[in-house]
Amino acid sequence: MKTQDLIDRFGLTAAAGKDGTDREIAGGYCGDLLSEVMANAPIGCVWMTIQVHQNIVAVAVLREMAAIVLAMDNQPDPETCEKADREKIPILLYSGTSYELAGKLYGAGIVNKTAGE
Amino acid sequence: MNPALTTQELKHFRADTHIHTCLSPCGDLEMGPRDIAAQSRHAGLDMIAVCDHNSAENAGAVMRAGDRVGLAVLPGMEICSREEVHVVALFETLEAAHQMQEFVYARLPGENQREVWGEQIMANEKNEVLGENHRLLIGATTLNLYKIVEQVHACGGLCIASHVDRPAYSLIGNLGFIPPDLDIDGIEVSFRVPLCRARQSVNGIAGYPCVTASDAHFLRDIGRAWYGLQMASPCFAELRMALKGENGRKIIAN
Ligand SMILES: [Zn+2]
Ligand SMILES: [Zn+2]
Repeated sequence: MKTQDLIDRFGLTAAAGKDGTDREIAGGYCGDLLSEVMANAPIGCVWMTIQVHQNIVAVAVLREMAAIVLAMDNQPDPETCEKADREKIPILLYSGTSYELAGKLYGAGIVNKTAGE
Repeated sequence: MNPALTTQELKHFRADTHIHTCLSPCGDLEMGPRDIAAQSRHAGLDMIAVCDHNSAENAGAVMRAGDRVGLAVLPGMEICSREEVHVVALFETLEAAHQMQEFVYARLPGENQREVWGEQIMANEKNEVLGENHRLLIGATTLNLYKIVEQVHACGGLCIASHVDRPAYSLIGNLGFIPPDLDIDGIEVSFRVPLCRARQSVNGIAGYPCVTASDAHFLRDIGRAWYGLQMASPCFAELRMALKGENGRKIIAN
């Protein structure tokens, strides 16, 4: 599934990084401690968080993420949007919880590759 | 304070600039102002700062208790940002700390549940209980980090990122790395990291003045980490110069 399909299928709003929505999603991750996400998020994943600081874009670039989803109606800082546009990292808005969206994505077949698979 | 003093005339002082009192819900009830001052002296400290969560309500009492035993006490608070990052804010005067406190209180939602979080005791310099604070001091403010730094500076204070080596409630833990555009005055490592090895053990702090502190919530923990300061006297203005490395003032890693 590509990020654009994600937007269409689950009613997400793209707040920034719209030029980067054609990437294939390679997994999912939830977390709000950026140091932890930086260390553990799967490469190419879609990341659900409530942090809105511009450092989220740097973390996404580092893990080559397909997209960042801000759950619970959280709005990105203006600097975050600028940076996301520059780096072509889509920032998507979702009004529900990370838990809820993660469940939907998992159900739609977005799963993480584990060792041996 | 006399910036013209030569380096030879400057002295060395021991500082622990992050200590909680019985006002912090997680702070032990034994952390009364009088005993904090006495224990700090006993631990060989020359200067401390009172940093309760999102409040400076007990700072004045510890300052007065410090006066009686010859201990310099700076009023401060440990503010929790909306990113849930802890920052220590230090001030020159109680008035400045209270000015910041009003700003924080107006942006701190919630009410404390003492059964869940603990008691928040306001006390005087004789350790007498004055009352209880009912705000959710353990909570996060609605302020982002930049707003906090800006307002602390507007009150003439200094902003130091708390315990950046910790995984949670820390600038590096929560935000991954220190945002280069954040105008922070220094960073603090917890007692777990020897100050002399902080730059090797914690990534991304090289360009920042670095201190350590006990973050004591119990009397026995006061002074479990401290840093040396080369300066003329233990006071806020000298500390500011030491953090900036001005006029021969400096931090001495122990
Ligand atoms: Zn803290
Ligand atoms: Zn603390």
